[in-house]
Amino acid sequence: MRKLIPALVILPCLAALLLLATELPPYGNPDNPANNEVTARYLEKGVEEAGATNIVTDIIVDYRAYDTLIETTVLFTALIAVMLTLKGDRKHHA
Amino acid sequence: MLAKLLHNYPYLIAALIFAVGCYTVLSHSNLMRKVIGINVMETAVFLFFVAAGNVRGGRPPIIDLQNPDQLYVNPLPSALVLTGIVVGVSVTALALALVVRINRQFGTIDADEIAAIRSRENV
Amino acid sequence: MPDLIIREITALLLPFIQMYGIYVIMHGHLSPGGGFAGGMIVGVSLVLYILVFGLDSCLRKVPHRLSSIVESFGTLWYAAVGFVGLLRGTSFLMNKGAGISLGTPGKLFSSGLIVVITLGVGIKVASTVLSLLYTLIEED
Repeated sequence: MRKLIPALVILPCLAALLLLATELPPYGNPDNPANNEVTARYLEKGVEEAGATNIVTDIIVDYRAYDTLIETTVLFTALIAVMLTLKGDRKHHA
Repeated sequence: MLAKLLHNYPYLIAALIFAVGCYTVLSHSNLMRKVIGINVMETAVFLFFVAAGNVRGGRPPIIDLQNPDQLYVNPLPSALVLTGIVVGVSVTALALALVVRINRQFGTIDADEIAAIRSRENV
Repeated sequence: MPDLIIREITALLLPFIQMYGIYVIMHGHLSPGGGFAGGMIVGVSLVLYILVFGLDSCLRKVPHRLSSIVESFGTLWYAAVGFVGLLRGTSFLMNKGAGISLGTPGKLFSSGLIVVITLGVGIKVASTVLSLLYTLIEED
């Protein structure tokens, strides 16, 4: 009984996801809506505007460098939260 | 319709992995298995996102200086998923720290036993 | 007996794993990889060292305080590199608009500030993974 109710809940959600998978644009088409003019600009002028031949590093360090800065802050915050959870109830003996 | 589903096979696989992860979270009472189930669901979402940017017959997006003007794979979903992976690592670390703290307080990591202990304390 | 085999093989393999991690960080702009993946490889190699040789043996080499200081230093490094653009007259975090020469693409020391930023991110991620393991395992 414990394993049956989650299966009954998840099966309609799985059916909805499979129905979604048939409605998406065909996989691997060069003129999908996902490959628009932003990607074309990054691929054309990436090397001369940022200087790196790896376009993914180009995007995350030069074109969208703010997001990577906030990303390092997320890692820092996670470490502080873990330290507070595990060592937070210590009373300092003066 | 089945032919169209088999043509977009990465989306089908991502949906199946997501359903397996969701079932793992909902049906076990051990807290550690729930954390593993959350990780499996995140993997399914990343697979779906990166597979949406593929172009058939394309090369990895590293510009070859000898002959440019070829067909390259879309680099933008890969750059967005890097951020997602780092967020996933942070969430897993915090969930594991909470499990260690719960073990220290209650002595067990079974969700049913913890609920029984707490209802006994309240009475 | 299995203890001896694992210890010997780990002692042989660890320098090569760390060399590969540093290679992935340094060639972030020429081949797939970059700061996050390379930093994770170096951090996980230190986790392997803790699992095989014990926690005290790693605490003698990299103390807890040093790991925390390096990790906060990594975030400050990234923000300090951003201020280079402000000091030269253009906006925050500019690479080519601030007048830094880009070099020839395809060589190791090209593309301005990208190598500096990638190094900082790599060191930061490695020390974050190590600090997380120290906090989870230490008990007193």
